[in-house]
Order: sequence, then structure tokens, then C-alpha cells
Amino acid sequence: MMQPGFLRSLLPWLAAILLLALLPSIFPSRTAFSVMNAIGIQLVFALSYNMLLGQGGMLSFGHAVYFGLGGYGAMHAMRLIEAGSLDFPVFGLPLIGFAVGLIAGAVIGWPSCRRSGVPFAMISLGIGELVAAAGFMFVSIFGGEEGISGDRMVGVETFGLSLGPIKEVYWFIAFWAFVAALAMWAFTKTPLGRLSNAVRDNDQRAQFIGFDPQRVRYLVFIISGGFAGLAGGMSAVNYEILTPETFSALVSGAVLIMAFIGGIRTFYGPILGAALIVVMQSLLSDYTEAWQFYIGILFMVIVMFAPGGLAGLVERVRLAIQRRELAEVAPTWGLGVSAALAMTLGMIILVELVFRWREGSEPMELLGIPLSHSEILPWLLALLLLGLGSVGLRQAPKRWGRLLRGEAP
Amino acid sequence: MEVIVFSALNGLLYGLLLFMLSSGLTLIFSMMGVLNFAHASFYMIGAYLAFTLSSGIGFWPALFLAPVLVGLIGALVERYGLRRVHSHGHVAELLFTFGLAYLIEEAVKLIWGKLPVPYAVPDSLDWAIFTLFDTTYPAFRVFMMVVATLMFIGLWLLLKKTRAGLMIQAALTHPQMVGHLGHNVPLIFMLVFGIGCALAGLAGVIGGALLVTEPAMAFTLGPIVFVVVVVGGMGSLTGAFVASILIGLLQTFAIAIDASLADLFALVGIQVDPKGELTGITLAQIAPMLPFILLVLILIFRPRGLMGARES
Repeated sequence: MMQPGFLRSLLPWLAAILLLALLPSIFPSRTAFSVMNAIGIQLVFALSYNMLLGQGGMLSFGHAVYFGLGGYGAMHAMRLIEAGSLDFPVFGLPLIGFAVGLIAGAVIGWPSCRRSGVPFAMISLGIGELVAAAGFMFVSIFGGEEGISGDRMVGVETFGLSLGPIKEVYWFIAFWAFVAALAMWAFTKTPLGRLSNAVRDNDQRAQFIGFDPQRVRYLVFIISGGFAGLAGGMSAVNYEILTPETFSALVSGAVLIMAFIGGIRTFYGPILGAALIVVMQSLLSDYTEAWQFYIGILFMVIVMFAPGGLAGLVERVRLAIQRRELAEVAPTWGLGVSAALAMTLGMIILVELVFRWREGSEPMELLGIPLSHSEILPWLLALLLLGLGSVGLRQAPKRWGRLLRGEAP
Repeated sequence: MEVIVFSALNGLLYGLLLFMLSSGLTLIFSMMGVLNFAHASFYMIGAYLAFTLSSGIGFWPALFLAPVLVGLIGALVERYGLRRVHSHGHVAELLFTFGLAYLIEEAVKLIWGKLPVPYAVPDSLDWAIFTLFDTTYPAFRVFMMVVATLMFIGLWLLLKKTRAGLMIQAALTHPQMVGHLGHNVPLIFMLVFGIGCALAGLAGVIGGALLVTEPAMAFTLGPIVFVVVVVGGMGSLTGAFVASILIGLLQTFAIAIDASLADLFALVGIQVDPKGELTGITLAQIAPMLPFILLVLILIFRPRGLMGARES
């Protein structure tokens, strides 16, 4: 393990510890804590999802199943602790979620991992729908429409945390997010983690060198289910309530969007995606009704033009800095970025105008300029920005495309 | 008896609606190898366009115009979107259509609002066509059955009896060979995608008036259409037809038969608690799950589907 560079690869983790320790002092408000806790949960969920999609090449439309089952497992354990029949610290509940997720992955993965590619995706979709329907059917386990709730301030305290105030929950979330992320990163370095990459890239060749791709997929699927369950356990403690909605295709879709927008080709991509989407959800929804539309647009742009996601862009910039070619590529990148910004602005104005025109609500104000949907000028401005942006993007030479694809210029 | 006849009629109706959606999807799926997640979204666009158009120009022009518009949108999506991601592989295409479905739903919410729109059966078709067991049967439902049947016959003739159909069929199984013979395979793809979307739009014009036109309509029907295509088998129009009717009847009868699992066990002589959590579940509760149970079983045990020519 002590290869050269091993210590260097630990540097980001030390930085992460520092960041996690400093965040509460930077953002001390209650809202900030609830956002940070949500990010912590979602980043573990998104990383576990990427274990399938990014590292194993398995597209799943039903990952919420393991998140939900893990969460329900932890929630039932929490209720047992409250009733006094289980002696276990609430702080450790994500471990129960992990165990439940592992078992669920082992049971459900056995039939579904026999296929790969599109059939695998379809099976995961079918199983997701099945479990979502079953969630509403078995009231004594899943609590029906109103779900089940618990109280996290029970049992023995760990690390002196009562887990009552949201600030103390933050330390709980930070601890588990860090441990889970580190464990998943370590997993990518194991022989099994490497093999799952091999199976993703070419399963026949993996077979030729003596490994059973089906078995590799199955094992990765189980572990991924375990970490999704761990995220579910974190969410059970954080929100103290779980409803069968947790199993819905919306949750499965959201984790796919998070992982993909962040970037599935790098380990840290899904973390970026989870943070971005959660922040967009909580901040944008205050300003506009169309925030989900913007997330959809962002997803489509990433799928079509930048399959490496946000992390792909970060990596590309880092490569340019390493090669000392930043000055050389800066003009084209600058043109591309400003054209993209112009298009974004034009699109936002257009969408908001359409929305206000339909609702007949107050005219919007953007950067202090009032834009009324009943006048023609704002519409023209939006179209002009869109047109200018698309011309600019076409003009920005091919390098821009290479940047987005993460290739060398 | 009454229950059986009406369940059969409604099951047939639902099955035909499913077929109108799945016929286009199965062609697209088998040609491009991509399951179009957004197919039901085109169905939704069809319904909304028909709602807007029919308030302006009446139902009958809308019946023709809305599917054409949806087909155009579909062709544009294929030309400028799907073709670009094609080189990244099937998973990227699936992701693209997934994002498209999400985007279309949000766009519909932005343009037409989150609540259902009052898109109703047109007056010219709003009468009872026959009476069975003292219950009238609406003419619009019969109209829908006729349209779906005509569509099946028309598609079948197009595929089996025309030169264009011959090319499509060839492109289903040997796309490269068709390309080598000098046919413009990307153009065929675009046309098939557009036609498939137009058929979904036509289903939307009718299904929107029959059911309810709301932003969630794509989301509720979409996964079931997938099931139909997978169960029917890739590229098989007949398979899609049989699977549609099968699933339509299955779901309608499961809802109509008011029996619990305990009752079923009692039929074979096993007595269990009829009010138990597991045994008290009624068939009606299981009905929404049936297609997905079928999907998982088919994918695992018979990946070709009922009548598919090759594995998906």
C-alpha cells in the first residue's frame, strides 16, 4: 500500500477533514445546517450509485430501493432502541442501514445481475416500481402513506453527542459521509474495484483472463447497495421520518442526475453533483418555479456536450495548468464561457417570461432591470442572447469541444 | 357476466391504447437499440397540443395536426440530439431520453401549468353507441378502438407490403448491410423516430381525452409501455400487439376481481387468515405491480420476449 504517491493521494482527504471542521463556523445558520446535512446524505448516496454506473458500467433506475430499505432498517432499529429492546447507539444506525442494504443488494442483485447493459437497466426499473408499490402495501413495515417516524435522542450517547440540535446532527452526518466516502474510495483501489472497471470497459476480455463478469457485477452491486443503505440510515436519523415515497422513481432518478451532472468518470464527481443539486433545490426554489426545468437542461447539456460532467471540466482545467498551456487556450475558453453564459442568460429570461406570461404574475426583475412579459423588448433580448451565444459557441474553435470532452487540445 | 364483459371491453381498450404507444416504441427500440424513455412524453405532448389546437380549430383538424407536429418534434430531437449521443453508446442514449422525459414534463408544467387541463371528449363523439346490461358504452371508446385497429393494419401493411417497409425491416436486423447497399440509414432512423413519435402523439390526442391530461400522464404510462415492448419482443409489431392486449386485460381483470390472496388460497383448499397483512392483499392492490413482475420474469427467463426476433 505504501507506494510513492500514496501519501499524496491522502492529501484531499486531509483537506476534506479540514473543510468539514470549518463549515459550521463559515455557515452557522440553521438553513445552512439543514442544507449541509442533506448534501452529506446525498453525496454518500450518489457515490454508491456511481459505484454501479461510473465504475461498473451498470445503469440502474432503481437505486432508491436500497436507500429506502436501509433507511427503514435503521428507522425500525431506532424505534427498538426507544422501546428499550435494543441496546445500540443511535450514532451507529447507518451501520444497520448498511447491513440491510447489503442484504437487499444480495437478494435483488442475484437475479438482476445476470444481465447487463440495457436489460439490466430495465430490470432495475421494474424492481424499483415493484418495491415502490409494495411500500404502500405493507403498512406495518413501511407505515403506509404517512410513513414511520422515530426519535433520535434515545439510547446511549456516542462522542458526547445527544443528536438533539441540528448542529450535533451535522457532526454525525459529517462523520459518516467522510467514513463512507473514504471506504468507497478505498474500494476503488481493491482488486474487485479494479475488476469492475475492467468489466465495464470490456467484459469479454475480463472473462478471458479468468474472471466471471457476472460475479464481479454481483459483488459490486451488493456493496453499492450497502452504501446506499448507509445513506438511507443517515437520512433516517437526520429527518426522523421515512415514507414509502423514498422508494419512488423520482428518488432513483434524482440520484442518477446528481451523479451524472457531477461526473461519473472521476471519484469525486458525484460529490460535486450532490452538492450542486441540493443547493439548487434549496436556493433556486425560493426564486423560481422553474428550478427543476433548469436542472433538466443542465443534465441534457452534460449528456450531450460534456459526458465527463462538472468533474470532467475541473480535470481538464487542471490538465491545462499542469501542461502550462493555460495562456494559450485562455482566449478560446474565454469566448466559449462567455457564449455559454449568454445562452444561459437568454434561456433563463425566456423561461421566466413564458412562466410569468402564463401565470400573469408580477413582471420579473433581473439584475435590477425590470423585464415585463407584456412588452416585446424582453422577448427580443432573450432571443438575441440565445442567438449570440449559439453563434459564439460555434465560433469558439474545436478546442472548446475538446475541453468539454476532457480530451487533450 | 356483466363484470366480465365490461372488464374485457375496458381491458381491450386499455390494451389498444398501450399498443398505440408501444408500436412506435418497439420500432425505435429495435432499430436503434435504445429504449426511448421519453416516448410517453411525446404521448403527453400530443394530448396537450390537441387540447390547445382543438380549442382553436376543433377536434378533427387537431386529430391530424397534433400528431404531425409531435412527429416533427420527434424528428428534430433525433436529428439534433439523439444522433449526437449515438456515438457514446446505448447507455448515453438511454440517459439522453431519460433527461428528455424529465425536461418535457417540466416544460409542460411551465407552459400549461401543474393542474390537469380540461381536455374532454369532443361533442361529435360524446354519445352512447350501444347499451349492454343497462349500461351505455361511449362512442368515443369505440372510435379509439377503430383508430388503434386501423393503425395496426396500416403499420403492418407499411412494413410488410411496401418498399419502405422492406428497408425498415432490413435495417432492424442488418443496419450496416443496409448502409453498405447505399441506403441512408441515419435518414431512415430519423423517419422511424419521427413516425414513432407521431403515433405516440396520435395516442395522446385520443388518450388525453379518454383519461386525463396532466403533467404526470407520461410518468404513469411510460414504464408500462416499456413492459409491453420488452414482453412483446424487440421489433415485433405482432408481439407488441399481443403484449398490449395481454397487459391491458391482465390489469383490468385484476382490478375487477375483488378477491384477496386468502380467497385464492381457499380455492385450492388452503385456509389462511383473510385479514392478514400478506394474505389480505387483494388482487386490485397487486394490479399495478403485475406488469413489472412480468417484466422482470421475462427479462430473466426469456430475454427475447414473446415474439422477438433477437435478444435485446
